[in-house]
Amino acid sequence: MSNVPADLKYTKEHEWAKVEGDRARIGITAFAQDQLGDVVFVELPKVGTKVTSMSTFGVVESVKAVSDLFAPLTGEVVEINTELPKKPETVNRDPYGQGWMIVIRMTNPGEASALLNAAQYEQLIAAAGH
Amino acid sequence: MTAHESGPLKRTPLHDVHVKAGAKMVPFGGWDMPVQYAGIVEEHKAVRSAVGLFDISHMGEFEVAGAGALAAAQRLCTNDAAPLAEGQVQYSVLCYPEGGVVDDLTLYRLAADRYMLTVNASNIDKDWRWVTEHEPGAGWKNVSAETALLAVQGPKAEGLVQRLADTDVVSVRYYHFSRGKVAGVPAVISRTGYTGEDGFELYVPAGEAPRLWHALMEAGRPDGIQPIGLGARDTLRLEMKFALYGNDIDQTTNPLEAGLGWVVKPAKGEFIGRAAIEALRARGVSRKLVGFEMVERQVPRHGYRLLKDGAEVGVVTSGSFSPILERGIGMGYVRADLAAVGSEWDVEIRGAGQRARVVRTPFVPSKAKKS
Repeated sequence: MSNVPADLKYTKEHEWAKVEGDRARIGITAFAQDQLGDVVFVELPKVGTKVTSMSTFGVVESVKAVSDLFAPLTGEVVEINTELPKKPETVNRDPYGQGWMIVIRMTNPGEASALLNAAQYEQLIAAAGH
Repeated sequence: MTAHESGPLKRTPLHDVHVKAGAKMVPFGGWDMPVQYAGIVEEHKAVRSAVGLFDISHMGEFEVAGAGALAAAQRLCTNDAAPLAEGQVQYSVLCYPEGGVVDDLTLYRLAADRYMLTVNASNIDKDWRWVTEHEPGAGWKNVSAETALLAVQGPKAEGLVQRLADTDVVSVRYYHFSRGKVAGVPAVISRTGYTGEDGFELYVPAGEAPRLWHALMEAGRPDGIQPIGLGARDTLRLEMKFALYGNDIDQTTNPLEAGLGWVVKPAKGEFIGRAAIEALRARGVSRKLVGFEMVERQVPRHGYRLLKDGAEVGVVTSGSFSPILERGIGMGYVRADLAAVGSEWDVEIRGAGQRARVVRTPFVPSKAKKS
């Protein structure tokens, strides 16, 4: 079973969010990277881009497939992982650490309570067929 | 790769072996097949640097035997089967009268008056109808279900197969085959493949496939053997610019624009599609299947449009990330005047044009053992 850290929030589209004050760090889960396989391309938004909860903020591609990235929360992108487009395989190696994608400043922090917690996300991926 | 006759997915004799090994299974051409085991990039590199084992038992095999066998092959296939010696293999194409491609295949001369056609899995039913309806007088036998096919590919393949074989396989030349036992399993040992590496394709009785699979995995352990899924099979063939039916060639494409003119031999006499292809050859093709690489780190995909100064000039038929070149590469049909090596144009990726350039192919040098 995939690693699901208890201190993160999750989306049904397999992104994670780590809320730190008014900011949230965002990436994709261990389960997501495992399903994708070798990640070979990551496209991230520019700093300053406004993102809306459950709208796409970027793209991740594996050898076989193209997947949209969905923002778990609404806000403005204040930081992006500039290393990732150069080293996309980091997403496979360390999805919750060096494989982070963006940091947003939340404009509607209340949304975080609507995200899945670790237990709920574990149920979701268990049901996804394992 | 989705539209197929309804019904449950078919399984190869090695299905349980793949599931037990933890392979990710996906539907392909109506079959439940392993797309990857350890990961596409790792598997790809294992084949290029050591040896990989593939289950390609989903492919179809038809035998045609008797006094009319050669004549039937000649009227169905574009290549000239007459010079084929016993023990020799030939790449060939089945065409529609209009010149479109029914399928591509390998033709084996099994005996003086007996041939085998190895066809694509997704086309087995269509091809079977095609050959038996157009050459009903020949003695056809569909041996697909009783035949398993394992590919052993990579620089360590020859040594591995030789250690398990009771016959000399080292002297089997490229596009030739021998018969013998491999790990005690009677096999057609064919020096062919779809990877650009040296290696063999082993045709064996379906029931013996698991035994041979396990024997190869066991004996290949010191070589670093890995089981290889369809994902890496696709990236390996793409690096060679080998066409995949349904992606790069189909009913709407002809062999000339696909770069397969070398297997079209009108001088041999009549075959289905000959007149149309001859007319095309005289007229010249309007588009060509080329290999291209992306200038930036971008991945082209099947169906993406090709643009020159914003105008559509072609379409991507296969595209992926090359694990060896570590960049996006693809194949596509482009207007003939933009097909020369060095030509540059754009691939439309999510609405934006991304620069691509036509390159020499194969993208990666072939190491198949040419005789």
